[in-house]
Amino acid sequence: MLINEVQEYLNIEDVNKYFGETKVLHGLTLHIKQGEFVAIVGRSGCGKSTLLRLIAGLETPTNGSIKMQGEELCGINKKIRVLFQEARLLPWKRVIDNVKLGMQKENTSIAKQVIHDVGLEEHNDKWPDILSGGQQQRVALARALVAEPEVLLLDEPLGALDALTRIEMQQLIEKLWLAKKFTAILVTHDVSEAVALASRVIFIDHGKIAMDIAIQLSRPRHRNNDFTYYEKKILDQIMGNAESVIEDTKKLEYAI
Amino acid sequence: MLLLKKSYVLNKIIPWIIPAILLLFWQVATSDGLVSNKILPQPIKVIDIFIKLISNGELIRYIGASTQRAFSGFIIGGGIGFLLGLANGLSRTSAQFLDASIQMIRNIPHLALIPLLILWFGIGEEIKLVLVSLGVFFPIYLNTFHGIRRIDTRLIEMGKVYGLHGAALFWNIILPGSLSSILVGVRYGLGIMWLTLIVAETVAANSGIGYMAMNAREFMQMDVIVLSILVYALLGKLSDSIACYLERKWLKWQTEKL
Repeated sequence: MLINEVQEYLNIEDVNKYFGETKVLHGLTLHIKQGEFVAIVGRSGCGKSTLLRLIAGLETPTNGSIKMQGEELCGINKKIRVLFQEARLLPWKRVIDNVKLGMQKENTSIAKQVIHDVGLEEHNDKWPDILSGGQQQRVALARALVAEPEVLLLDEPLGALDALTRIEMQQLIEKLWLAKKFTAILVTHDVSEAVALASRVIFIDHGKIAMDIAIQLSRPRHRNNDFTYYEKKILDQIMGNAESVIEDTKKLEYAI
Repeated sequence: MLLLKKSYVLNKIIPWIIPAILLLFWQVATSDGLVSNKILPQPIKVIDIFIKLISNGELIRYIGASTQRAFSGFIIGGGIGFLLGLANGLSRTSAQFLDASIQMIRNIPHLALIPLLILWFGIGEEIKLVLVSLGVFFPIYLNTFHGIRRIDTRLIEMGKVYGLHGAALFWNIILPGSLSSILVGVRYGLGIMWLTLIVAETVAANSGIGYMAMNAREFMQMDVIVLSILVYALLGKLSDSIACYLERKWLKWQTEKL
């Protein structure tokens, strides 16, 4: 270990990821402190989901290393849980049994407590298919949190929900993060969502980090002027990159 | 509430109206001489012989022998089909080696193999067991294999992330996920089981419904022949009902919503 090497809770060092010939992540280096809420934004295909899947252990880096508390992450780790874009509940288990799936040792009272935390206590014995999209994601959230994970990875979990449910879910996630103090990494294409939830926003562009900005807003977050300041700053960076691409390729011509 | 009861009763009665009319027509046609009793016996005669054979215990013995034969073949053929379906569904290597050969054998109608099987196994119990097993094997193999391949891989990925591996992954996700397909295979298998049994029992038998029917044919006992057909039909319906019951019990998450 080099003396000047930064050692935080979660260390992603010089990670490259190839899918066949395509290089998706270019020497990505990222250090995340324990208990931080990090949002990763970027356009589709920029590599943000890939990075999350590397941390989750669903893929392995082609080069580089990912370490948690000094130890290399190999494959799936018990202390890390994922919330996917779809709820991915098992249709043949009732809500309470789906939540218990996340537990090493099954404990009905703890499971019921977590279901209560997400506001679904009346639905313990229902089949998942009859719940709405937002309710299903809340069950998935309960399942993710029931084993008290140290890290929660969120892979665009609110993308399929309607706008109002999305805001409710953001408030719920913030509330639970403040209470349980896990490290959260949220991948989203929605900058507004990133500013609403994260203490730090990372913009990934073509597999590299293009921006790393701390969000200094009090919690709970309100959509006021300060909020918009951060939103605009990040969006300008994202769209700014896109603008320069468009300018290079298109020449405006006027007939008059 | 009275109205509710009335429609419930009606729903139970209506499906039986046409069969009742047909039964009546059958009785009238055969007793009036419209249809010769040598071609089709009267329903009353069939009921008579049914009561006679029940009370002297013969029918129960025949049914017992046939059922035992049928379900032994089902367990053997279905068991092997299920295990191979599992193996080929879960392991690409296994499928690469075995599936093509199994598909080739499947295309041979198993009943057409009877002359060959008689040469190999004679005309005792073994050939009947082999025939039924062979018939039942394919629907159960296919549907098990298909059921496992069709499972949503996103659910399996979720299972792995949540710490399910090996046996836990199998019992929590893979088996329940393919159960619907497997039960379809079971229902098909049950139908083929009875079909094959009927044919197998005509090859040669010294017990069972087929034996009863063949004897009746020797002595032109039309009523017994018709009875044997009805008994086969009843057994088929009963086993199908068992399969339906299993479906309702094990697939509650699908059936309770409907």
